[in-house]
Amino acid sequence: MTSLSLRASLREVSVPPQMEIVYAHPAALADVPMHYCPGCSHGAIHRMIAEVVDELAIRERTLCVAPVGCAVFAYKYFNFDSCEAAHGRAPAMATGLKRILPDRIIFTYQGDGDLASIGANEILHAALRGEPIGVIFVNNAVYGMTGGQMAPTTPVGMKTTSSPLGRDPLTQGRPIHLTEMLATISGVAYAVRRSMHSVAEMRKTKKAIRLAFQAQLQGLGLSLVEILAACPTNWRLTPVEALDFIRDRMASEYPVGDFKVDERLRNWSGEC
Amino acid sequence: MARALWKGNEALAEAAIRAGVDAFFGYPITPQTELLEYMARRMPELGRVFLQAESEIAAINMVYGAACAGARAMTSSSSPGISLMQEGLSYIAGSEVPCVVVDIMRGGPGLGNIQPSQADYFQLTRSAGHGDFHPLVLAPATLQEAVDLMYASFDLAFRYRTIVIIAGDGALGQMMEPVEMPPMRPPAQDRPDWAVFGAKGRPPRAITSLYLDAEELEQVNQRLQAKLKVIAAGEQRWECYLTEDADYLVVAFGTVARIAKSAVRAARAMGVRAGLFRPISLWPYPSGMLGTLIAQMRGVLVVEMNAGQMLEDVRMAVCGRVPVRFLGRMGGVIPLPDEIAAEIVHMARTRQRGNGHGAQRLLQFKE
Amino acid sequence: METSIIISGFGGQGALFAGQVLAHAAMESGKEVTWIPSYGPEMRGGTAHCTVVIGDEPIGSPLVRNPHCVIAMNLPSVDKYEPLVAAGGRLLYDSSLVKRPLHRTDILGVAIPAHDIALRCGSQQLVNITMLGALVTLCPLVELAAVEQALRIHLPERHAELLRPNILALHAGAAYIREQRIATS
Ligand SMILES: Cc1ncc(C[n+]2csc(CCOP(=O)(O)OP(=O)(O)O)c2C)c(N)n1
Ligand code: SF4
Ligand SMILES: [Mg+2]
Repeated sequence: MTSLSLRASLREVSVPPQMEIVYAHPAALADVPMHYCPGCSHGAIHRMIAEVVDELAIRERTLCVAPVGCAVFAYKYFNFDSCEAAHGRAPAMATGLKRILPDRIIFTYQGDGDLASIGANEILHAALRGEPIGVIFVNNAVYGMTGGQMAPTTPVGMKTTSSPLGRDPLTQGRPIHLTEMLATISGVAYAVRRSMHSVAEMRKTKKAIRLAFQAQLQGLGLSLVEILAACPTNWRLTPVEALDFIRDRMASEYPVGDFKVDERLRNWSGEC
Repeated sequence: MARALWKGNEALAEAAIRAGVDAFFGYPITPQTELLEYMARRMPELGRVFLQAESEIAAINMVYGAACAGARAMTSSSSPGISLMQEGLSYIAGSEVPCVVVDIMRGGPGLGNIQPSQADYFQLTRSAGHGDFHPLVLAPATLQEAVDLMYASFDLAFRYRTIVIIAGDGALGQMMEPVEMPPMRPPAQDRPDWAVFGAKGRPPRAITSLYLDAEELEQVNQRLQAKLKVIAAGEQRWECYLTEDADYLVVAFGTVARIAKSAVRAARAMGVRAGLFRPISLWPYPSGMLGTLIAQMRGVLVVEMNAGQMLEDVRMAVCGRVPVRFLGRMGGVIPLPDEIAAEIVHMARTRQRGNGHGAQRLLQFKE
Repeated sequence: METSIIISGFGGQGALFAGQVLAHAAMESGKEVTWIPSYGPEMRGGTAHCTVVIGDEPIGSPLVRNPHCVIAMNLPSVDKYEPLVAAGGRLLYDSSLVKRPLHRTDILGVAIPAHDIALRCGSQQLVNITMLGALVTLCPLVELAAVEQALRIHLPERHAELLRPNILALHAGAAYIREQRIATS
């Protein structure tokens, strides 16, 4: 459990004057063990979100809508209010929350099965309405929680438990590019794809998450960060091989990049 | 407040507004659409939330979200839309957040038609979603009662943190009748102590229906069941009409019950001492009262706009003590007073001839 | 005692509106009343009808099989409701459009050249209110003045210029019944 090792909390440690804190447990992250597999990206992404929430000092007014998927317990891991949506319905639930709590920061955390398959309609219409919510879209190319079945995001040829011969575009279609599709919608302020396959990419990912929250603070519209993430367990790879798989197989189908960035965000000079 | 002539769907909407509804999410479907349209006009005027969702699935999940924030949230639909909402209703029940749902039932199954029906009885009272739960289901027979129940529904939903369903049908939604509207209540100011709205100055809260550990989920279920028991004991509602000296009892709810009132009067004019028992709460079903009434009866006639759904609740309450007959119209056909009256008189005659015991048949009339 | 009235005609002839005006008038006169429309696809182009029940006690059934009074504004409505009117009841029909004689002898058929009267009042759109004026003169449901008052209050504002012609038509329908000395009850 990699995330367990990230847990060492320094909050209660008093620091001698000659020493400097280089790592601290984010206040927005609960001090509990996470259940993710070794090498899973979910834990690291949670941590980035928590850091951004702390940096923006919005913990007390942030709410997470957790998905159905491996991140179903996200609500236990964040140290702020949250609720648990039905599979795919997080954008609808977040809409309800945001309409009642327009001054709160509300984000959904969704897997690729959750967002791009069963919940494609909910995210599409939340985008059309320009709901000022954040969407953290964790694309690990499979249905992780249910044991690695094919998702709409599974690359062509990839073998999964429900595409044992490899995804065949003739019968199973091609991977969906939801972030690019959503970028065409005027209600979307921010739509980018990032990756978790290297430390440099992770830094960019965190910066994107921060911009997404910034977009919401400015009330600009829906902001979405798709994150190419590792599921070593269902990919049947070691954690290190899984990172290579993202770089070599996923990123070719899903190039990282900015598909839509509202002008008002470009001018924002926030530091990460 | 003076009486005014209201259309059913609009009266329900106005009553919800006066009850302080904070947010309405819905999707158009006949014969309920006027409720949504009324909300679309009025809610923004009042600075409250109206949103037409992309589907009933989205609508109920928006309600779920708003309810988690402690808002008085509601949706309305008709039968096919309620089917789509089942998943969300189950989550709402499992998370124990309050909400109000209006079902203006129409003929089914499938796309069916848009005429009045009561064929969602099982769905609403028994199987509003997966898992063990029951919404509190209230079935008004007049527009005044619809307004009064709607007005009370949010208090009930919040008191028990449960789903309250107002079960009407196309006739109730479309008809007009004089109504005295209750006074306007301001939307609630305080957020309930279970709601999520930002963990400022308190530990974070999470609203969920997920309990992976079997023992833990069983405990949650036991708590839910205990709550349902309290609701079952405290929230039974019914009306008895001319039952005091009655020999024959008609049992009907909603629109059919008010039609049956005319039939009971007609049967009395033909010399049969008939009465009406009208359940107002379909869940919890007022079985106790019905069971008590049965003692004095020689026969029972259940009338519904379905194939015999509430009939099962009546049978359970009657326990074989008196013969139960059934008259059901389906597909959106409304039973009229004359056919119910004829059935009451027929029941009394066959009973007198002594061969009516156990008689139970599904009558289908062709016009 | 409940009195039931069905008003029926082509979609667009204002059968539902005439019923609402009657319902408003009844309520304002302190009576109990229900109004229920036919709704759905049949309203588009086909026939539309509504049922109004007026009484002194809360109304039981808002629907009836055998109405006491029927206003039939076209032939299909006469064909449909002539067999259904309660024995001793009244069937008012637009004799400008319906040329066939009635078959039943146990009901009072009242032929009203409503189309012609309406045209004289300014528009064929006034058939519904002409018939309503005749109905309330023929049957003691509500005072004519209460119907006029209901029209004043409930005619949609976008049709404000039609208020005077409507009131004219209401009284013309009433006058026709009085002039013909049709036995009122
Ligand atoms: C209505 C419904 N259908 C199916 C499921 C089962 N289910 C749970 S998680 C899941 C897929 C999750 O995949 P994804 O969203 O990609 O998240 P990941 O686990 O990969 O992070 C499915 C199909 C469910 N919970 N609800
Ligand atoms: S199955 Fe995959 S997505 Fe789920 S926790 Fe394990 S590695 Fe992460
Ligand atoms: Mg996935």
